[in-house]
Amino acid sequence: MSVWRHRLFWPVLVLAALLASNLFFAPRFFAVRLQDGHLYGSLVDIARNGAPLILVALGMTLVIATGGIDLSVGSVMAISGALACVLISDLGDQNSVGGVLAAIAAALLLSLLAGVWNGLLVAVAGIQPIIATLILMVAGRGIAQLITSGQIINVRSGPYRVIGGGYALALPVSVLIAAAAVALAVVLTRRTALGLLIESVGDSPTASRLAGIQARTLMLMVYVFAAVCAGVAGLIYSSNVASADSNAAGNLIELDAILAVVIGGTALAGGRFSLAGSVLGAVIIQTLNVTCVSIGIPVETTLLFKAIVVIILCLMQSATFRAVVTGRFRRPPPASPSPAAAPAPRTEIPA
Amino acid sequence: MIDVKAPPLPPKGGVPAARRRAYRPDRRHVPVLATLALLILMYVLGVANYDGFSDIQVLLNIGVDNAFLLVVAVGMTFVILTGGIDLSVGAVVALTTTVAATLLHAGWPSALVLPLVLLVGTTLGLGMGSVIHYFKVEPFIATLAGMFLARGISLLINRNSIPITDGFWTFMAQRRIRFGPGIFISTSVVVALAVVLTAALVLAYTRFGRTVYAIGGNADSALLMGLPVTRTRVGVYTISGFCSSLGGVLLSYYMLSGYSLHAQGMELDAIAAVVIGGTLLAGGSGYVLGTVLGVMVLGLIQTILTFQGTLSTWWTKIVIGILLFAFIVLQRLVTRKAR
Repeated sequence: MSVWRHRLFWPVLVLAALLASNLFFAPRFFAVRLQDGHLYGSLVDIARNGAPLILVALGMTLVIATGGIDLSVGSVMAISGALACVLISDLGDQNSVGGVLAAIAAALLLSLLAGVWNGLLVAVAGIQPIIATLILMVAGRGIAQLITSGQIINVRSGPYRVIGGGYALALPVSVLIAAAAVALAVVLTRRTALGLLIESVGDSPTASRLAGIQARTLMLMVYVFAAVCAGVAGLIYSSNVASADSNAAGNLIELDAILAVVIGGTALAGGRFSLAGSVLGAVIIQTLNVTCVSIGIPVETTLLFKAIVVIILCLMQSATFRAVVTGRFRRPPPASPSPAAAPAPRTEIPA
Repeated sequence: MIDVKAPPLPPKGGVPAARRRAYRPDRRHVPVLATLALLILMYVLGVANYDGFSDIQVLLNIGVDNAFLLVVAVGMTFVILTGGIDLSVGAVVALTTTVAATLLHAGWPSALVLPLVLLVGTTLGLGMGSVIHYFKVEPFIATLAGMFLARGISLLINRNSIPITDGFWTFMAQRRIRFGPGIFISTSVVVALAVVLTAALVLAYTRFGRTVYAIGGNADSALLMGLPVTRTRVGVYTISGFCSSLGGVLLSYYMLSGYSLHAQGMELDAIAAVVIGGTLLAGGSGYVLGTVLGVMVLGLIQTILTFQGTLSTWWTKIVIGILLFAFIVLQRLVTRKAR
């Protein structure tokens, strides 16, 4: 298989182009310096600010691999951050490590419950994922506001600040958390049969069940995983801004995450996934945001720039579009020469 | 010759025959009837609990305040009936208000601005529909890109809110159609009702409408039946784009301003209204009338919260979430029985 047909070819090309364009406008873009034992630089910033998106995209990848989708991740982020901040602000001593850990555990437990709720609706009740998670997406922000009584809760907690703003081994803690989650997911799915089973559920839940795979349990698990990932992302976000804002936390991140997954070459119809691709997708989206700032694109046009890049990328990944461009459109569709190069052209909607 | 269409003879005895004659709703109508029942229940509860709730104007105000959402949701109904989804509607609404306000501010005549802004949304819808159909990009992703694009363009045009002072616009905004003292609707309601009526007729009585349902039922079967799948699928996104820009025009009457941050999250409200109205998100089943009821349910929730006064706004979201859940479970039960 030639290099340009590899499914990560186009995403890597776009990322390289984005990074390269930074070089012209900000020559010191690639400079990474060590100061006080911490790494600083634009690249580190991309990783640090991209950590929540990477986490959310990671969970989303597995959900999409089973043929589902999770729209509620942004709301789960808000809920998790809200609960943690409310619990910490109620502490007598906001710097007590035990109290902060308890708050974090409670927030993650609530995220887990949110995942169980989504998973039960999808796997047991058999509701389409896009609607099942729409419920929590709509209600979740209300719940988060209920937890914070509609206020923005500010916290001044040293230990809590570490999650989003701290450093360990010269690297931001948030990046380490995201990296650990990615490593865990890769080991679990690619070093065991779990990944294969998830892909088989995505291809056909019925056939998987008949083959002896516990399709329901697997689907439940991926929603729980996605929600916990979102919960951790919510903690990182709220820790980074040292407050819980139920409206801003994770706003529209579900769309960015789905986009990251699709950019990474995972088909929305399910049945196969690429964790590396999703991480790459998340990094591309974050780089896009940073590039807009560094090139000096005014804030107003950032969204437009993003839209254009997304459109180009999606069209590039469409096998039909590439065939049109390369003038092979007239061939009968079944003889399409590059079926492996792009998400399988399926006519169904992702739900 | 035996008439095969003759119904089987009613069993002897009066009781079963009487039961047969009792009203049993068509299964396809159950979700819509449930929404109607809910609406009536909510209204009765409202009337019982709050002074002045029974005022007919309270009901009419729901229409006045939600006319733009109704128009957008009608367009969304078409898309969802084919099994697709359109995330761009809120952004297109914002783009329409921004373009309209900018052009009017620059002194363009409203007779030119109005068709032009409607064309903007329609063209965007046509573009997204074409990308979805011809390049087999997922509707979710294509309309997401459309959402970024529309929001991006409107931010590019102007970041700030632009007031509209045009004569025609203010006339449309302030004109009230009165039925009696203190009982009135706005022109937007008339426009929205016209859109609803047209959409209902198109879906029920035209070949295009039948094809929309057929694609939602099974796109491959529709294609094999020789139905114009291409034209219809691109068509529904074009209709949704048109409805979004018309909704944007109505919103600009309502707000008398153009702002790139108008209608944030309106796509969710529209989808929620369509689902609460009993349309299956998988496509193939649903009615425009249901969408009207769905929008009214959303509006009534807001009204009740306003009347209550002590409940905070976030309860709206939670209540809508609970309603979504209830209706989805209901749909699930109905469709499961049908199989």
